[in-house]
Formats: sequence, structure tokens, C-alpha cells
Amino acid sequence: MRMGDRNQVRLLWGAAALVAVVVVFTLIYKGSTGLQWILSGLTVGSIYALVAMGFSVIYSSTRVINFAQGEFTMLGGMMMFTLCTRGGLPLWLGFLLTVGIVTLLGAGFERAAIHPLKDQSVITVIIVTIGLAIFIRALAKWIWGTDPVKVASFTGDKPLRFFGASIVPQSLWVFGLTLIAVVLVFAFFNRTLLGKGMRAAADNPDAASLVGVSASTSSLVAWSIAAAVGAAAGAVIAPINFAAYDAGAMLGLKGFSAAVLGGLGSAPGAVVGGLMLGVLEMITAGFAPSGYKDAVAFLILILVLLIRPQGLLGKPADVKV
Amino acid sequence: MLRVEKLSTFYGNIQALRDITIRARRGSITTIIGANGAGKSTLLRTIAGLNKARHGLVIYDDHDITNLKPNKIVRDGISLVPQGRQVFSDMTVMENLQLGAYVRRFSDRGDNAQELEMVYEMFPVLSERKKQTAGTLSGGEQQMLAVGRALMSRPRLLLLDEPSMGLAPKVIQSIFKTLNALHEQGLTILLVEQDAKIALETADYGYVMKTGKVALEGQAGELLENDEVKRIYLG
Repeated sequence: MRMGDRNQVRLLWGAAALVAVVVVFTLIYKGSTGLQWILSGLTVGSIYALVAMGFSVIYSSTRVINFAQGEFTMLGGMMMFTLCTRGGLPLWLGFLLTVGIVTLLGAGFERAAIHPLKDQSVITVIIVTIGLAIFIRALAKWIWGTDPVKVASFTGDKPLRFFGASIVPQSLWVFGLTLIAVVLVFAFFNRTLLGKGMRAAADNPDAASLVGVSASTSSLVAWSIAAAVGAAAGAVIAPINFAAYDAGAMLGLKGFSAAVLGGLGSAPGAVVGGLMLGVLEMITAGFAPSGYKDAVAFLILILVLLIRPQGLLGKPADVKV
Repeated sequence: MLRVEKLSTFYGNIQALRDITIRARRGSITTIIGANGAGKSTLLRTIAGLNKARHGLVIYDDHDITNLKPNKIVRDGISLVPQGRQVFSDMTVMENLQLGAYVRRFSDRGDNAQELEMVYEMFPVLSERKKQTAGTLSGGEQQMLAVGRALMSRPRLLLLDEPSMGLAPKVIQSIFKTLNALHEQGLTILLVEQDAKIALETADYGYVMKTGKVALEGQAGELLENDEVKRIYLG
């Protein structure tokens, strides 16, 4: 048992209680309008959670923060547009192809841009991911242009009523997909030998390489998973938000804030962080002019970094002498 | 079985190994003793691929394995039990052992029941604690786990880096008893130890390292009687 565990649980409950107070207050004060904000918050929060999970997977396997993570989500939306809206493919097939193609792209980027840097410092690699993000964005602008594009909802647009608030069916797809992604990623890291090997490499790179875990394979698999999760998030949110070539930067920053809030490297933390961030953001947008909602993420990011750099569910960095 | 020829390793500009030449014969226990900082660990780490050699060769079964990646070397049948155990502390004993068989995940359809049973038989305490996380084990149990994990890959050459470090005499005795049993089963062992007495009593052949060089070598029994070894290392 780590010494921090009890503290961590207390902190998590504290943060959850704080958000709960805000939520209850909103519900009492605003009634069904408040509920509407919260449902929207959970929807967008699920997307932040998926982006955050992408950050966490790559970070925990390679200690790299991938600032191109948001671009995978952008590519997911744009790919759906090309395959389904333009190409006329059925949505389910378009979705699978989108995830498949972006996963291959992620793996390709890793081999082309990250793998050759295996002897460089982590900072160098992080800077390269920023370059990668700019490259992907420019490429997307060239391919798809600057106009936001629309993708059809998976199962129609007829809102469902829910205690006086309404929820579009696509939101349910977002929740379902988030749940499935979390379960799959968790199962991969806790049930498969490859996943356990990647966890071992994160914990103790030398010892992991001695039992035969290859750092190069870990990195490739991590990037593929992060790209897949990111693309799935982009594909499922595209019918709700417009997809656009430049959506990746903001999504990436929000996802990063969520990951930091939850504790980088912790998959459950990513989900908790993402949902909290989404809900707080939408409640802020409800009470204050909506331009302030983006400030919430960065305010939280700054506060977390000042008060508890390891996040809610993260473990403190080892101090090595 | 293992030949190291004129091996030199550097940390930055600091030379840790100077033209080291050693042999480990098939089926033998070879030990390397010496003071702290003599380069013993660096030698094992270089053989296992964790450190890069600048000059020299590591020849294993007539193959040049110099500067191969550690994950390639373990696949060839060389397993290192690293200094300070280095178990995966957040994972269970069972998961640590399963990861030990990582290189064999495609052979025998990933079935490692036989190896698990062998390790549990050798260290019954690990069987009792298989569901516990490795970080909760005592130092001696962690050392047993580290040895067990290294054996899960079915190595033909076992490298051990200071298995006695920080352990009570009784625990050390039991670890070395296990090493003797493994030796009797035909495993080749290369053992780095600060505890010169127990190392030389266990080994067939020994090397004494001093400031990155081999200062002395000989049959373990002779080294035990050697005046200089007696004075400096056996105190």
C-alpha cells in the first residue's frame, strides 16, 4: 500500500463533493435548464475523458505528453465526413473504417517521427509532437478546407425527454462508446500480457527490458491505442459538434487539462477528470457568458498544477537520487 | 558458454570497465567479487545489454551478442537478476512471474504452468503470496521473486547481481542453497557478489575486480586461500 492512498480517496471524495454541490445548486436554482446544462456537460465531458485517456496511455507507457492527441480526434470527425457524408458509406462502416485508418496513421506517425528519437530526451519528443500537431492540422486544412463540416447522427435527431430536459440520441452513443473504450483499455492493461508488460515498462524500464519487453513495441502500441480512442471520440461527437480542421488544438488542451486533473497516467482518473471538466464548463457557460467556459479548463489546470501536481488519482512522481 | 573479450564500457567520459576478459564455462558457477564501484554490476549490465560497450566483445555460444538490446538477449537464453531485485512493485507476485515468461508468450501457446510450478516448488513462500503485490513482500521474498522471475524465461545462463544485498544471513543461506540446486540441474551461473566468502564457497571459478579491471582470477578454492584475497575481501 502506498502512503498516499487514503489521502487520495479523501481528495477524490472532496472534489466529487465540490462538483456535487455545484450540480445540486444548479439543479435547485435552474431546474430542468440546469439539468440540460449538466447533460450537455456529461456529453462533452465524455469526449474530454477519451482525449485524456489518449494522453494517459502514451504518457504512462513512454513518459511522453503527446500534444498531437487532439488532432486524432479532429481526424476522426473529418474522416467520418469524408466516408459517410461525402462517400455515402453506412455510418457503422464509416465509424469502423475511421477508427481503423486513424489507428494506422497513429502507428505510422510513431514509426516515422517518434521511433527515430528513441535515444533523445523526453522533452525533445514532446516538442516533436507539437510539430506533428501543426503538421496534421495543416494537412487537414489542405484536404478539407476551413469550413466546419456536418456528419449525420447515428440514430436520428429526435430528442428524448428526460425530467424536463432533452437529450439527443447521439449523446447516448457518446456515453456508451466512452464506457466501452474505458473497459477495453482497462482490460488491455490489466488482463493481457502485452498490456502488463507495458505497465511494467512504465514502472521499471530496465527490469521490463530484462524480461523481454521492448520499449519500441510499447511505444508503437501506446500510440495506436491513443489514436484509436481519439478517433472514436471524434467520430462519435462529430454529429453533435461540427467537425473542423482546427478543432484539435482546443480538444487537446481540454483533454490535457482533464488528464492532469485526474492524474496523468491513470485511466479512471482520465474519466473522472473529463466528466468533471465537462460539467463545470457547461454550468459556467450557463451562468456566465459562454465565452468564459473555455477559461474553466485552464483555471482548473493552473489550480491543479499549483496545489496537487500529481492530479486526483495520480501517484506522486518518484524522487530519484 | 560465455566469453567476454577486452570489454570496455563508459558512463559519459568515465571509463567503468577496462579491457575485461572473463569466461563462464557451461554448467559452472563463476563469481566476480570486488569492492563497491569496481565495475562488477556494470559488467553484468553490459552483458545483458542494459549498458553499451564501447570496445570489446561478448560471445555467447559462439554468437556475437555485443550491444544487442536486452529484450533480444533474454530471448537467447540469458537472464539477469538485477541489483536491488527490481520487482514490479504494483503488480502481484503471480503477474511478476508471468511477465518473467514474457519472451515465451508465443511458444507453447503462452502456457507457463510448468515453469510456475517449478518456481513455486523452489520458493513455496511465493506460492502462498501469489495474490499479494510484490511491493508488500520482505526483502528476502522480493529476492526470491526476482530469481523466480528470471527463471520463468527458461534461461541457460543466469546472471545474478548481488543477490545477498541487504538480506539477513539466514535468508542469504537459503538463496545460495537454491543457486546450488539450480547449478546441479545444469544451469550455468555468473554471480556478482560483495560477500566474497559465500560467493567463493559456492563458485567453481572466480575473478577479482578492482577499479574496472580484472586484478586476479583462479579456482574458487585457491582464491579462498589467496593471501591478498583473504586480507582485503575476506577480512
